[in-house]
Amino acid sequence: MFEKPAELKKLFEEKISGVAATAEVEQLRIEFLGKKGSVAALMQELRNVPNDQKKEAGQAINEAKQFIEGAIAEKLEEIRKLEEQKMIDAAESYDESMPTDADLGSYHPITLVSRDVENIFLSMGFAVEDYSEITDDYNCFEALNIPKHHPARDMQDTYYLSTGQLLKTHTSAAQNTILRKYAKNLENGNPIRAIFPGRCFRNEKIDACHENTFFQMEGIMVDKDISISNLIYFMKTMLSEVFQKDITVRLRPGFFPFVEPGFELDIQCTICKGAGCPSCKDSGWLELCPCGMIHPNVLTAAGIDPEKYTGFAFGLGMTRLAMMTYGVKDIRVFNSGSLKSLSQFDEKPFTRPEK
Amino acid sequence: MFVSINWIKDYVDLDGLDIKKLIESFTLATAEVEDIIEKGADVQNVVVGEILSIENHPNSKKLHLLKVDAGEKICNIVCGAPNVAVGQKVALALAGGRVCGGEIKIATVAGYESEGMCCSEKELGLSDDNSGIMELDPSLKNGTNIKDIFPVDDIIFEVDNKSLTNRPDLWGHYGIAREFAALAGRELKPLEMGDLSYDGDEKVDVKIGREDLVYRYSCIKMDNITKNKSPLDMRIRLYYCGMRGINLLADVTNYIMLEIGQPTHAFAGSAIENIVVTTPKEKIKFKTLDGVERDIDEETLMICNGDTPVGIAGIMGGLESEIEDDTGSVVLESANFDGVSIRKSSSRLGHRTDASARYEKMLDPELTMAAVGRFVKLVKDIDSGAKVASKITDEYVRKYPEISLSFDKKYVDRYTGIDISEEQIEKTLTALGFAVDYNNGGYTVKVPSWRATKDVTIKADIIEEITRIYGYDNFEITTTNSPLKPVPNDYARMEDNEIKDMLVKKYGFHEVHSYVWCDGRKFKKLGIEVEDNVKVLNIENSENGVLRNSMLPTLLCMAQENKDFADKYGIFEIGRVVDGVKADGTSNERKHLGVVLYDKSGNEKALYLRAVEIINCLIGTIKQKKAGYNKIAPEHNWQHPKNTAEILIDGKKVGVLCAMHPANRAKLDKTACAVCFEIDMNDFSSLDANAIKFREPSTQQSTWYDLSLVLCENTKYSDLAACWEALDLGELESVKVIDTYEKDGIKSITIRLVFASMERTLEMEEVQGWIDSILANLGNIGVTLRA
Repeated sequence: MFEKPAELKKLFEEKISGVAATAEVEQLRIEFLGKKGSVAALMQELRNVPNDQKKEAGQAINEAKQFIEGAIAEKLEEIRKLEEQKMIDAAESYDESMPTDADLGSYHPITLVSRDVENIFLSMGFAVEDYSEITDDYNCFEALNIPKHHPARDMQDTYYLSTGQLLKTHTSAAQNTILRKYAKNLENGNPIRAIFPGRCFRNEKIDACHENTFFQMEGIMVDKDISISNLIYFMKTMLSEVFQKDITVRLRPGFFPFVEPGFELDIQCTICKGAGCPSCKDSGWLELCPCGMIHPNVLTAAGIDPEKYTGFAFGLGMTRLAMMTYGVKDIRVFNSGSLKSLSQFDEKPFTRPEK
Repeated sequence: MFVSINWIKDYVDLDGLDIKKLIESFTLATAEVEDIIEKGADVQNVVVGEILSIENHPNSKKLHLLKVDAGEKICNIVCGAPNVAVGQKVALALAGGRVCGGEIKIATVAGYESEGMCCSEKELGLSDDNSGIMELDPSLKNGTNIKDIFPVDDIIFEVDNKSLTNRPDLWGHYGIAREFAALAGRELKPLEMGDLSYDGDEKVDVKIGREDLVYRYSCIKMDNITKNKSPLDMRIRLYYCGMRGINLLADVTNYIMLEIGQPTHAFAGSAIENIVVTTPKEKIKFKTLDGVERDIDEETLMICNGDTPVGIAGIMGGLESEIEDDTGSVVLESANFDGVSIRKSSSRLGHRTDASARYEKMLDPELTMAAVGRFVKLVKDIDSGAKVASKITDEYVRKYPEISLSFDKKYVDRYTGIDISEEQIEKTLTALGFAVDYNNGGYTVKVPSWRATKDVTIKADIIEEITRIYGYDNFEITTTNSPLKPVPNDYARMEDNEIKDMLVKKYGFHEVHSYVWCDGRKFKKLGIEVEDNVKVLNIENSENGVLRNSMLPTLLCMAQENKDFADKYGIFEIGRVVDGVKADGTSNERKHLGVVLYDKSGNEKALYLRAVEIINCLIGTIKQKKAGYNKIAPEHNWQHPKNTAEILIDGKKVGVLCAMHPANRAKLDKTACAVCFEIDMNDFSSLDANAIKFREPSTQQSTWYDLSLVLCENTKYSDLAACWEALDLGELESVKVIDTYEKDGIKSITIRLVFASMERTLEMEEVQGWIDSILANLGNIGVTLRA
């Protein structure tokens, strides 16, 4: 009986049991399995084994070799695991609660509310139009059916320029230009649907509630058979979208020369739901936007036949809407340029419905 | 304006109606009610008492001890009023009652018990007369509740004056009563007029000098007026509606104004011989009845007695012709003046009165005679001896044209979008005073004079009348029938939004808004000159009148003001500037993007190159184009002479990039620096954008080659790039700057050129050939390989 393979196995087992490092395993591998290693030496010895035992001895050597190979692989795996565990044990547990340096930029709050409202109108088929800040008497007053001696034209309300022009006092100043732009389309069966956000200027003393520079958004819709009923429906739908909840509106007569009939639209106070609170001065209602059926003279001035077409127009105070949306109490924040205030408006520009 | 429900009830029967609801529907149909005040709620258990005896108070010189018969009992009252007398009837607030916002209790006053309080008119809230206790009619029965004698209880509501701007007919109770009548579906009672008949020959002579400023001038003389105090119930109404009792004639004129909206003026009869209504030939001084001397110019309409001015037309009477308490004779003026002229005069004088506020609204000239009729009626009712002492004078210079409007039911249906019945249409218009004629399916309505001065002129105005009384809350609401059409993209707006998104999200910048005019004071702090440009003529602070021609100065001021916000930040705005005037003389308004980068630590070069990176990114992303730069001389005093460059796209200038002039930079904050750029968004959006050009990436091995080059003093990177771009090598995949280095004034740069072919692996020899060509080109501009 060729005993040597078994002895070798035993020897290997003894040796490997004390091994703890990859390098030592490699040494053992060379010692036992290398070209000049113990297994190779046994193979040499096989020559001296009698022929009838050769087969059995060869098998024994092979078995010993396989055993050693397996044990080495096992040992290596064991060491790798141990090392990994060591790394895990030594690893630092990171602190996610550390403050991060976000370096976020911010949008102007007017940009945020404008985008919100513009997207609503775009989804309802309205074009968003741009208009200048400087305009003239014709566009700002005359074309809007504001008579020559109307107090709005007085110096105390309007900023007049050395060019004889003026800074627009309301976004309605764009009505004539935009109605004209689309008057042709109307004849081809395309309704006019447009909004025009913009900056307006009034000669006012600035305080927490008043600014001489502020934002409005004007909207118009003109087609055959546009009615007061449509106007109320539209305003309710649009405002429910803006506030992302069902809004109750009421209309009161309001006088604006460029609409007839003209309305002041109130919404039921969103804070007290109509019960009365300081925000709505206990009335339950908030005066939100003027609106009305476009005055026939305004349509005529833009080359649209008021006997054929009717339309409505409305105005939204964007600065006021921004104050309501974000709870800004002092209007001066908007033009202050103060980053301590303005850098807070870093949220994504869309409003989600209240839960 | 304050409106008294008691007063309204003179003309409309409101019995059985919910007053609060009616007031609410007035808000929805007519004009906004801002406040509702319940008068008399604070006056409780006040009765007629009779002073039986008066004793001096032993401990006080002012106080008296009274015994007052309150009907059911005799009360001990301690009273400090100066006008107590035995037998006098007084208003006695009994213990348990209320006046002056408090409860009346039995109290000890200076050692003596008082079981109530004798009240003045002011204490009862009936006027501001607090000179003594009220002296009541001796015939009144002791113990009668004061509220059974005087109209103490009333509901007063305040209408927002602004919402009455276009409704001259609503500046008096009668007009409001008409609305209530229409809303409640009840009848409006007519006004009662006095008898104007007069047999004599007396007539006040009136000449109208400025017919363009007068519609109508009516006047009448009355004499034999002996009373000088108006009755308490009249004074209560005046007081509840915000006015003060003065004397009989002044109170009656005020009462008429609050009643029908027509201002009138009572001149002392002795002060008037003949009236001339005209403007002065030259500037004069005139003392109005409030005792103020005012400067009157040549455009202010005056009422004169012959040549002597006695009143400013429609604004205020003169002190000289004021009604004294003992005036027995009066000339009443009831006139209608041009509204615009009155508004302008009152604005020039800086003096707005209840009368001028009404004239501004363009009152109905038909009212003047109604006011005369009411005056005679009221004066005679109060003072039965008073007599009409002249014929009526009525100069009706100009009339508003009568307005008649025609429309049909279909028009109403189309405009409203709902079906309002013919019966309802007719009923509403009739109630509001329109004369309605229905013929062959069409309506012809005559607009009443009080709505015809400016308010109702076209048929769309009739729609408002019909619908507001119908009630907007009662409308069935429907969406439009208009066809759906896609909305074309507005690329300029999309580009603005894209720029904002990139600056906020990629670079962490903050969007701000600034004023369109220069703030001279702030500019000065940074040494920035305000440059000549279009000006605002009427701005409060003259330093701020010039419109900005660049976004950057205002933004630099803002950047500086935020120096405590952080060490490093960027701000931007897309706004408007005015680049002088165009050929037609109008302002050349442009939309600009302005960006300011601020760094406290003062690494200006890094900041400048960061700005370049941002510009390249904006232009690259939005236009798929390369930005070009070209150094230029500064355009403004605050720009850096060496580091100011125009920004080019396709060789066209779209903006400017610059650092600050050291002199201005020094004013920022110790070491801080700022770099800014501005892009004309009108120019920017007018340029086409390239489409994304996809290039299949090479699958072949690429080869790179580093060159370390020594530059000449003024060599720019773009000069180097020109050397390989000129060769137009298809295989040159990319060029990258590995390193820049400067020592002893010698600048060097290491660049890595990456070559690859689509088809094959490149041979070293061909790459070397290209490198040699590039080096030759570089050699031509004096750039050599580093030794």
